[in-house]
Amino acid sequence: MERVPVLSLGDALLVSIQIDLQDNTVLALQEDLAERIVATGARGVLIDISAVDIVDSFIGRMFASIAALSRLLDAETVVVGMRPAVAITLVELGLSLEGVRTALDVERGMKILRALSDHRDLPVTDVAEDLVPVAEGGGPAAGT
Amino acid sequence: MTISTGVDELPIRSGDDVVRVRQLVRARAQEVRLSLVDQTKLVTAASELARNTLVHGGSGTATVETVHREGRAGIRAVFADQGPGIPDVDQALTPGWTSGSGLGLGLSGARKLVDEFAIDTAVGRGTTVTVVKWTR
Repeated sequence: MERVPVLSLGDALLVSIQIDLQDNTVLALQEDLAERIVATGARGVLIDISAVDIVDSFIGRMFASIAALSRLLDAETVVVGMRPAVAITLVELGLSLEGVRTALDVERGMKILRALSDHRDLPVTDVAEDLVPVAEGGGPAAGT
Repeated sequence: MTISTGVDELPIRSGDDVVRVRQLVRARAQEVRLSLVDQTKLVTAASELARNTLVHGGSGTATVETVHREGRAGIRAVFADQGPGIPDVDQALTPGWTSGSGLGLGLSGARKLVDEFAIDTAVGRGTTVTVVKWTR
């Protein structure tokens, strides 16, 4: 089984998925991320899926659980770079990825994470309304 | 009448095999020039069904072939296992109903993503799911 590398970038963790995901790889990634968040004290996790050509219900559920467990460990997760065809398929599949924040690319994702860590004192929901760039227009964005 | 050509069969015995099935379906969908969105839908459906074959059926096979009907091309994928079978198919096809820890979107989701969907199952004998996606 291949593993997805987790890189440290400032106080964030960067995961760029460049391989065909099988279920065990995604489960291992979830565990690796939980350990790395605690070990590094990272405040944000950025998952780049621009090279991922399909997200099925299992992989989608894993993104949601990574976002949830990161939050429990005081880190926010942003999934970036979702391909349009993947977004269309996810919506048709009935998977809205609730609770998963998304951004169009790594740069925008980092901007969200920076703004969130600058606004740590505010409730996350107040901050999120201004920051989620793809919440409108039918995409599977968080907060809809 | 539907004519089929180029039949490929792959075993489904591990998570790596599920990935191989996705890759084969993707390659065949590109050959018949399904649109990118339709390729993605078909490969996603194949991923759900191949996982079902592995998780619920224990193991099985995926058969992928190119089909032609009335001037249109398509891809047919058949997922067969000799597992326990599905006692209540209507229930299994209900979005959100799950036999395990999943979201219950596998079978119902796969059906939404393809043009034709057929399921043949019997308790104690196994399950065969056939899907077809046609070019537009």
